[in-house]
Amino acid sequence: MRRTTTNRRRPVASLVALAATGAIVLAGCGGNGSSANTAAPADAGPCGTTADTTLTVGLFGTFGFKEAGLWDAYKKVCPNITIKEDVVEQSADYWTRLKTRLASGSGLDDVQAIEIGFVADVVQNHADQFVNWNTVPNAAADKAEFFPWKWQLASSTDGKSTVGLGTDIGPEAICYRSDLLKQAGLPSDPATLAKKWKTWDDFIAFGKQYEASSTKPSGSHFVDSAASVFSTAVYQGKNAYADDQGQADVANSDGVQTAWNYASQAATEGITAGLGQFSPEWNKAFSSGAFATLACPTWMMGYIQGQAGDAYAGKWDIAPVLPGGATNWGGSWLGVPSAAKNKAAGIALVEWLSAQGQQVKMWHDGGHFPSNSDAAAAPAVSTAKSDYFSNAPVGQIFGDISSQMKIPPIGLYDTQIQQAFTTQLTNVETKGTSPDDAFNAALDQIKQITG
Amino acid sequence: MTVVSPPRTGVGPVAPVDADRRRNRLPGSRIGYAYVLPFFLVFLAFSVYPWIDTAWVSLHDTRLSTYHQSSFIGLENYRNLFTNQFFWNAFRNTITIGIISTVPQLCMALGIAHLLNYQLRGRTFFRVAILMPYATSLAAATVIFAELFNPHVGIINWVLTSLHLPAVDWQGAKWPSQIAVSSIVTWRWTGYNALIYLAGMQAISSDLYEAAAMDGAGRWAQFRNVTLPGLRPTILFTIVVSTIGAAQLFGEPLLYHNGLADGGTSNQYQTLGLLMYQQGWVNDRLGLASATAWTMFLIIVAAVSVNVLLARRRERLEGGRRLRAASMAVMAPEVTQR
Repeated sequence: MRRTTTNRRRPVASLVALAATGAIVLAGCGGNGSSANTAAPADAGPCGTTADTTLTVGLFGTFGFKEAGLWDAYKKVCPNITIKEDVVEQSADYWTRLKTRLASGSGLDDVQAIEIGFVADVVQNHADQFVNWNTVPNAAADKAEFFPWKWQLASSTDGKSTVGLGTDIGPEAICYRSDLLKQAGLPSDPATLAKKWKTWDDFIAFGKQYEASSTKPSGSHFVDSAASVFSTAVYQGKNAYADDQGQADVANSDGVQTAWNYASQAATEGITAGLGQFSPEWNKAFSSGAFATLACPTWMMGYIQGQAGDAYAGKWDIAPVLPGGATNWGGSWLGVPSAAKNKAAGIALVEWLSAQGQQVKMWHDGGHFPSNSDAAAAPAVSTAKSDYFSNAPVGQIFGDISSQMKIPPIGLYDTQIQQAFTTQLTNVETKGTSPDDAFNAALDQIKQITG
Repeated sequence: MTVVSPPRTGVGPVAPVDADRRRNRLPGSRIGYAYVLPFFLVFLAFSVYPWIDTAWVSLHDTRLSTYHQSSFIGLENYRNLFTNQFFWNAFRNTITIGIISTVPQLCMALGIAHLLNYQLRGRTFFRVAILMPYATSLAAATVIFAELFNPHVGIINWVLTSLHLPAVDWQGAKWPSQIAVSSIVTWRWTGYNALIYLAGMQAISSDLYEAAAMDGAGRWAQFRNVTLPGLRPTILFTIVVSTIGAAQLFGEPLLYHNGLADGGTSNQYQTLGLLMYQQGWVNDRLGLASATAWTMFLIIVAAVSVNVLLARRRERLEGGRRLRAASMAVMAPEVTQR
C-alpha cells in the first residue's frame, strides 16, 4: 500500500497538479534547450554550473515543490537555473517509465524522484546508474542531515552506495472522529486514548466496546479496514516482507505473522468497516462516518481534509500514539542519474531541497514531514498545530513518533506483497473467508509476484 | 517461367504486345506498393516487430527492472502458465463473461435492427440514440456502472431491497460481478452491432420480402426466412469481431475494481487481458506476461477459426440445399409447361 502514499496523495491537489502540468507544457514550449555540461568544474559554484541551464526534474503525484514556491526561491539562489518538472500522476506508472528509461539508458531527467515503494529495486538493481551520494563533495554533511534509517533505506546493505537524498517521511499515529467516539459513550480526548491504544490488543478491545455500544451511529465501525491494521503492524516487526538482505521473504517474517494475527482478528471480530483503502467508498466514509479511526501517517491528514471537507473540521482529531510502536508509511528520495545531462547542477538542487529551510517550508506549506532530522526538530515544525484536527499539536506528535521509529528492511516487492495480503483481508472482512484460507490465497498470489 | 513461355517465333506479333503491357503494368503496380507502404511500415514497426519480440521475451525470465539480465528459459513460462490456477481462472472467466456479454448483445442488436428497419417516425433519432453508448467513453461508462452496482449504496440494490428482494453482492460474488461487467459491455456494443445489422438488412432486396408476403409469410416468418439468411455474412462478421473483443476484454473489469488489475478480491472477474497486465506491469514479470499474450493470440485465432469453419460448413450444407432448390425451381416451369 506504500505505493498509494503518492498515488493518491492529496486528491485535492490533483487539480493543482493538473494546472501545474499545463504550465509545464507551456514552459516546455518556451524553454530553450539546456546547455549540456556533464562534468562541471569544481569551481562551478553552489549551483553546479555558471551557464544558463534548464534542469528537468522527474516527479510523480504532487510533490508540492512548485506549490510551496521552492522553484521560485531557487531562481533567486541560482538565477542561471530554470527548473522544468516532468510529472507522472501515478507513482506506479512513473516507476514503469523510469525503469524503461534506465533499461534503455536514455530520456532520464536530471533529477528523478524515488518512492519508498521502489527504492529497494533502485538500490539493488540500479545503484550504478545513479550518483552515489557517499562520493559527492558534500557527502558527510549530506548524510548527517537525515534520520539514519532514511539514509539507510536508500543505501546498499554495506552502506557504500546511496542512490538518493530524502524528501519526506510518513510517521504514523491514529486519526479518529472524536464526535463518533463521544456518541458511543467512549473516551475521546487524545491523552486518554494514547493510554488506551498502546498495543494492538488494547486497540482491538476498545474497538469491541465501540461495536457493542448501543448509542454509536448505526452502520458505523471502529476502524476503516483490516488493511489499516495489517500494513501498519507489519512494519513494526523486525522484518516485514524482506529478509535483512532485502530479498522477499514472507514465510520467516515476524512482522507478517503478528500483523496477520491482529488484522484477521480485527476482521473476524467485526470491528472493521471492510472498505478497500483508497476506493471511492472509503473516500466517502471520511464524512459519512462509516468508520471512526484509521492508521494515519502525516500525509493522510491532507487526504482526510480533502475527502471530509471543511464541514468536518474539529470532528477529526489525532491521538499521539500508534498501537504496537512507532513506524513509518511512505516517503520519497531524490536521485541524480549518472547519465543526467546536468549532473552537477542536479546534485546542487537536490542538496538545496534537502536542507533544513526547504524541508521546513515543505512541512509548513504541504504537510510533508521532514526526513531531515534537524528540520523535524526545528521549532517551526515541532510547534505546528492543526486547526482542522481539533488543534492537535501535530508537529510534536509526529516529531515524537519519528524520533522513536524502528524501520525493518524493505524489499523489491513490498508494494505488491502488501496488496496481496490486504486484498485477502478484504475477503475475510466482507465474504467471511476463513483467515487460514485467505492467508494461503495470499501466499499463492505472492508466488506469482516473486516468481 | 521457361516452361510456360510460348515459343516466341511462332507468335511474333503477340510478344511485343505482351512486353508493352508488362511495361505499362509495372509502374502502376509500383505506385500501388508506394501507396500501401506507409501502412506496412507502421504495421512492421508496431505490429510485426512487437509480435516477434513478445515471442522472444516469452522465452526468457524477464523483468523490466533487470531487463538486460534476463535469462533464456525456453518454454518454462508457458509451462508455468498452463499449470497456474490464475491462468485457468482467467481463461474460464474470459469465456463466461464473453458468453454472458456477447450472446444477449447480438440477439438484442438483431431485434433492435429489425425494429428500426420498419418505417418509424423519428427513425434517425433512434438510430443515433442507439449509437450513443458506443460513443461514450469506456471509463465514464464503467465508473457509472460501478456506482449503479455498488453493493452498499448502489441504485440497483436499492431498488432490489425496496422490492423486498435480497440485496446482491455485485462486487464480491462471482456470477453477479461477472453479470455486472458483462452488462457494461452489452450496453456499449449493442447499438453498434444493431447498426451493422441494420445496414445488412437494408441490402436485402425488398422483392424478397414482397414475394414472401405474397406467399403468406408473416413478419416473424419473414424475419426467419428472409432476414436471417440474408444477414448471415453480417452475423458472422459481428460474431468474429465480438469474439475477438470478448477475448481481449480489459478496460471494463479493470475499472470495475477501481483500476486494480486483480479483477476482484478473489479474481472473480479477472480476464486474460487483465491477468496479462497484472503479470507484466503490476508484478513486473514481462516474460510470463508475454507468454500470456501469445497464448491469448493463439486462443483468439482458434476461436475465430472455429467460428469461420462452422459458418463455412453450414454454408456448404445450405448452399447445397439452395442449389437443389434452385435447380428444382428452374425445372419446375418446364414441368408445368409440358
